[in-house]
Amino acid sequence: MIAYISRRLGVLVVILFGSSFILYNLAAISGDPLGELRLSREPNAQQQIVALTRELNLDVPPPLRYFLWLRGILGVFVGNADFGLTRTQQPVINEILVALPITLRLVTAATIIAIILGISIGIVTALRQYSRFDYAMTFVAFLLYSLPIFWVAVLLKEYLAIQFNTFLSEPRISAQWLIGLSIASGVFWSAIISGTRKRVLLIFAGAATANFAFLSYLSITEWFANPSLGPIGIGVFSVGVAYGVTQLSTGIQNKAALHSSLTMAAIALVIYYPVQWLFEQDGEIIIYPLLVITLFLVAGFVPLKFSRIDRGPIIRTSIISAFIMGLLIVIDQLMQTWKPYMESDAVYFRPIPTIGQVNALLEPGNFWMSLLDALVHMFLPTLALLLISFAGYVRFSRGTLLEVLNQDYIRTARAKGLTERTVIMRHAFRNTMIPIATIMVVDFASIIGGAIITERIFGWLGMGTLFNTAINSMDLNLLMGVFLLTGFLAVSANLIADLLYSALDPRIRAGAGGN
Amino acid sequence: MLKKKKNQEVSVTSGEQAIMNKETEGLSQSQIVIRRFLRHKAAMTSVFVIFFIVVFVFTALDNKIGPVKIPGWWKFGYDEILELRLEGCPEGIVGCPTLDVLPPFIDGTGVGLGRHPFGQDSIGKDYFAMVMRGAQRSLYVMVVIGFLAGLIGITIGAISGYFRGWIDATLMRFTDFIITIPTIIIGSVVGYHFGNLGVGFLAFYLGLFAWTGLSRLVRGEFLKLRELEFVDAARVAGASDRRIIFKHILPNAIGVIIVSITLLMSGAILLETALSFLGFGVVAPDVSLGSLISEYQDSFTTRPWLFWWPGLLIITIALSINFIGDGLRDAFDPRQRRRLTKKDKENARVQARIAAANE
Repeated sequence: MIAYISRRLGVLVVILFGSSFILYNLAAISGDPLGELRLSREPNAQQQIVALTRELNLDVPPPLRYFLWLRGILGVFVGNADFGLTRTQQPVINEILVALPITLRLVTAATIIAIILGISIGIVTALRQYSRFDYAMTFVAFLLYSLPIFWVAVLLKEYLAIQFNTFLSEPRISAQWLIGLSIASGVFWSAIISGTRKRVLLIFAGAATANFAFLSYLSITEWFANPSLGPIGIGVFSVGVAYGVTQLSTGIQNKAALHSSLTMAAIALVIYYPVQWLFEQDGEIIIYPLLVITLFLVAGFVPLKFSRIDRGPIIRTSIISAFIMGLLIVIDQLMQTWKPYMESDAVYFRPIPTIGQVNALLEPGNFWMSLLDALVHMFLPTLALLLISFAGYVRFSRGTLLEVLNQDYIRTARAKGLTERTVIMRHAFRNTMIPIATIMVVDFASIIGGAIITERIFGWLGMGTLFNTAINSMDLNLLMGVFLLTGFLAVSANLIADLLYSALDPRIRAGAGGN
Repeated sequence: MLKKKKNQEVSVTSGEQAIMNKETEGLSQSQIVIRRFLRHKAAMTSVFVIFFIVVFVFTALDNKIGPVKIPGWWKFGYDEILELRLEGCPEGIVGCPTLDVLPPFIDGTGVGLGRHPFGQDSIGKDYFAMVMRGAQRSLYVMVVIGFLAGLIGITIGAISGYFRGWIDATLMRFTDFIITIPTIIIGSVVGYHFGNLGVGFLAFYLGLFAWTGLSRLVRGEFLKLRELEFVDAARVAGASDRRIIFKHILPNAIGVIIVSITLLMSGAILLETALSFLGFGVVAPDVSLGSLISEYQDSFTTRPWLFWWPGLLIITIALSINFIGDGLRDAFDPRQRRRLTKKDKENARVQARIAAANE
């Protein structure tokens, strides 16, 4: 195994060397960094050309100049790597260190949401193969595949920022929208929970009415102007989460798991007001990690009261429930920050921005305010990235699950009388996750360099923007710096994916059979 | 009679499988594939859509093939600067579209194309002609990339999968090099300075780098197929390597290859438009669908038609190709089972009853 990993690492270095060499030469021959100066009429243009030529070693032919650049990079082994300077005399490494977290923030959220949504919808479509919902989602997935991201982004800016902001400043849902949304939700739910025609119609009517009543209530009470879940919302949702998570994780008939999840729901309700008080104190950031740790500890110990045997799955259930309930409380807190955020001078009732990664005018200091600001700025670009990558996960998880469901061990599991939940969640779902896990790693790595267009449209100053500037200003050092990072991530993601595959699936042996 | 009995014993005689078997009885592999494809509604619709778009787009404008000039049916060229239409547009906007699809009893002006159905751009060029030209360029790039990448990908994949050993290792490491460099980076680097050499050069260059996924796929297929008995049989019979590759293995891998190339092409049209959007692809005065969107993205609020038409065209083309790919995948997949309709089952039942009555 160690031999295999070290061999792969060796190959990785060779590949990076080769592709950076190709790219360096491609970039070097495709442009002239002195082009602008040659055309300039400034009196000292000639001196500038000479100076720049010396500085960038332009008198050395590109294949050799590559090795000058490489010498700087190889300094990494003796502790002082030199990525060179950009055209504006900044160290490349600093530029990258500023840009990377920004891109990561953008990409992480989009990837995680795409994975969760994509896999769950993919699984539902596979379980309801050839249903109306399946056909509809297949069409949606193909449509999303075919969307140019820059086109979607402009649409999002227009409809979800400009027009939605107008709605938010006067949050009343008009009658057409109410009816339209209700019908849409009716269609959605009746398509997922299919059955006989009568049942479908019942579900349609039920979902549409419920949605209509709920939205009108929100609209009349002007909930959108001052949103919050409140203790009642937290209570209702927590009980729902307790039942839902228990059903998926262990099955509702496992009373110990259900009771410990419900206890966590009760705890969430009880600590609601004390936590509100803590949040208002506003100061020590250290308090939040402590809260999270306490939450998980409590979630870990509560199940011990309810069962003496088979505690593992029960603890897992209660920890997952507790995590979601914690999220609910955080969401509630963010909702409560919404009103002051809207009313602050920096935002002034236009909350959803079309550009930028943070509102510079907002007074710093308030943790929740800044968090909300960051989230609101992430909203559109994340949505744009999400729409594009979501489709892939839907199709992939659907295909994989269908393949798994055809396997003999699924038939065996059904034949020995396991419940459908156990068959799907324990036998099928876990095996579906194996190839998906490997896809995730590669996808994540590739998207870091690939958010070029999204960043450009939404004005984020991340890796994509760096890359863009590098090409436009013929900045070889910057270009190679960005490439080295994205290339390294891409190659190592492949390695990690292979190792992960063999770790998850004992039938695959890493290192066996060629490369 | 005896033969028939034997057949029945071998094949499944009841349930869904029986209906499927009945349908494919006595057909060759390619007949089955074509039949399955023709039955795929979405794919067939897409074939017609694509065919229509190609004919429509390429006959719209004047085409020059060498000295011969074939006149198009549309009255304006994409680079003609015409008189801007000023009247009839909402407040202060010029060059709005004259296309009207609402019948007279709804809006009162009547259905018709008018002079500029898609409107005009800022200096008066006819936008319909520009969109047609853009679509021509985008389709052209798509086909060139698909062809070139397909050719290189199949060659490299076939050679490394068939010969294995050091040839395979070298070629696959070379593929890894290319994979590491994101296509969009290559496109940008190349397009930035060679963009003015024309769209053909761009397509050629992109095609040189877009084959990696395909070659891995083809290699996998070849590694699998070369171990099968029919290849051994061919080798024992004295077939040369070339003959085995072209006559025995390639036809068996063709399904995977065709599907993968369609997906490559739908990716290529998005890549070209993305590059043109970034300004690294097709450069003015030539236009592509991506450069049109890029140029007018800020005028969405005031003149949305400049934005909608090229976007819708890109989506239609990419969507159709994706659906064709999906249809082909289903058609080539031997394990593919379609959902039987009630009618299918009813027919099978009737036929079984007739057969029972005849015995």
